[in-house]
Amino acid sequence: MEVSRFCSTARLLIVAGKGGVGKTTVTAALARAAARAGLSSLIVEVEGKSGIGAVFGRREVLSYEEVLLHPGGGPDGDADVRGRTLTPDDALLEYLEDHGMRRVSKRLAGSGALDVVSTAVPGIKDILVLGKVKQLERAAAADVIVLDAPAAGHAVTFLTSARGLLDAARVGPIRAQAADVVALLSDPARCQVLLVTLPEETPVNEVVETAFALEDRVGIKLGPVVVNGLYPPLPGLAEALSGAASVNGPVRAAAEFRLARERLQQEQVARLADVLPLPQLHLPFLFTPEVGPLELERMVDALVAQIEALPS
Amino acid sequence: MSSALEALLSQSVVVCCGSGGVGKTTTAAALAVEGARRGRRACVVTIDPAKRLADALGLASLTNVASEVKGPWEPPGSLSALMLDTKSTFDALIATYATSPSQARTILENPLYRNIAGALSGTQEYMAMEKLYELVAAASFDLIVVDTPPTRNALDFVDAPRRLTRFLDNRVFRLLMMPTRAYLKAVGLATQTFLRTVSRVVGSEVVADAVAFFQAFDGMEQGFRDRAAAVQELLRAPGTSFVLVTSPRRDAVEEATFFASRLRESAISVDGLIVNRLHPRFGADGAKGADRADGAVDGEGVLFDNLRDFEAIASREEQHFAALASRVAPAPVARVPFLADDVHDVEGLVEVGAHLFGGAPGPSAPG
Repeated sequence: MEVSRFCSTARLLIVAGKGGVGKTTVTAALARAAARAGLSSLIVEVEGKSGIGAVFGRREVLSYEEVLLHPGGGPDGDADVRGRTLTPDDALLEYLEDHGMRRVSKRLAGSGALDVVSTAVPGIKDILVLGKVKQLERAAAADVIVLDAPAAGHAVTFLTSARGLLDAARVGPIRAQAADVVALLSDPARCQVLLVTLPEETPVNEVVETAFALEDRVGIKLGPVVVNGLYPPLPGLAEALSGAASVNGPVRAAAEFRLARERLQQEQVARLADVLPLPQLHLPFLFTPEVGPLELERMVDALVAQIEALPS
Repeated sequence: MSSALEALLSQSVVVCCGSGGVGKTTTAAALAVEGARRGRRACVVTIDPAKRLADALGLASLTNVASEVKGPWEPPGSLSALMLDTKSTFDALIATYATSPSQARTILENPLYRNIAGALSGTQEYMAMEKLYELVAAASFDLIVVDTPPTRNALDFVDAPRRLTRFLDNRVFRLLMMPTRAYLKAVGLATQTFLRTVSRVVGSEVVADAVAFFQAFDGMEQGFRDRAAAVQELLRAPGTSFVLVTSPRRDAVEEATFFASRLRESAISVDGLIVNRLHPRFGADGAKGADRADGAVDGEGVLFDNLRDFEAIASREEQHFAALASRVAPAPVARVPFLADDVHDVEGLVEVGAHLFGGAPGPSAPG
């Protein structure tokens, strides 16, 4: 499948997964893949502490104001990648200001009264964040909006709270907002979720659980599952090892380690394919503990190749 | 080297903190297992263990009561485990401080209370500390190891008690409980506008529930404040140690560094740094390996390429957490390599313990 088609299936791509699976890297790689295909992209992160900036070689964390993370417009026809953060507190303040509370919202935020409200109506913060995302999507803030969803089990809560509120909420603007968010999440032409996982036992179990929860409870359209951190194949390694009986010590140990881990990873990939009938996008382990601009472009290369290998 | 962590095993409380996905739960369980193997009556408080580990520890479901786990313990050592149930811990706390059973009932049935117990940010962290306090007070264990919730604000437990008491003291809602005339005088125009808007936006029942909750809670604040202070004191007691758990990935190390400075601000010292999921080092003759690559027999070069990949990642990982290690110095650092498979039984935990406290075999192929 062409990358431009993949990225324009839905304007909103939500990237979700547990902590430590490389969700932020995948978010950045998707945005850059879209930009390489000439589609402008906007990265939205919702926790106010993401490492998105560092992936693009910036020191600062994202802010509520949009910034240019990777300029396009060069001879290669790339589009821009921009980024911003969107925390519940910001969204709540903006919502209150939009509803005629400009004068008092800041002061009340300081008094803790807003804590009481968001506790009294759990999920209200998620609705406000997603409501703002919906606004960006409706306004076509970019050709592709990539949302780096909250980590851990919170991703499910985050994406299901609109449905929950809709069932429970009693009246008014919040109910309307929740209805809009549910409409967005359950429309495959507007929104797709990409789950990210590692080829290991617990992450695979968890991604399967998350996938079923999201489909059952939100009716959300799941895109391919991204399996991150696969050891890239080293052609000829196994043959070289069995052919070189004289090679010992660290060289042999390292080869055995890699082959054994590759085998374990393949087992997990196969198990995932068995229980979760979704296409998979495989991303390589880069033999580095950090992802900066150089590593990101290698990830984008890999992602583009994987997307192009998907059936149209 | 890593046996310097041994001091932890003679503490009464060890709190493990770190971001999600770094093997915190497994580390906490391994510390308790090692304690039990050395004759201590150990208990691990887990938050959200992976299913097979939970099964191995006899934690099929939320159990707020510690249950004993069988294993190769050195008498009188024992291992118990429990999985935190935030809501029933909170319910028990309400029952303790309510002045009458009917007050407790009114609170427990209030919709706002149910949300506080289930959804107020920081409640889970607070209840983990509350449970810890109860276990310490009961004095049935020598060593209690606590896992912390995998939120980005994993350090909320340091502030959580204070945040909750602040919530309970909320001025706006306290004002609502005043007799009408005083209320009108005290509540500013801004507050009235706010409450009207809140009613309009989320429904007047929400405001009514909140008012009813604060009314029902009246008289219990002092008990909560005292308890929160006692918990804070326990966290700073000399018998309590904090351990940072991380993986060598940049984001995890950054998070751990952030935790380290937050703990320092709270006057809590870090007594150990545990780095999980490290790539193994395959020996010191890396340079020799590179030499041989040049003259390698056709087809063997790939073996040396592979070794170089692993040497590169191992040194970069080491560099990555070196700054963190020196920041928490003189706290000892323990390194745990990538393990063959997920840890899901007591034997696996013993193996992790061997890496933490020395005596582990060198790197070997998994599988």
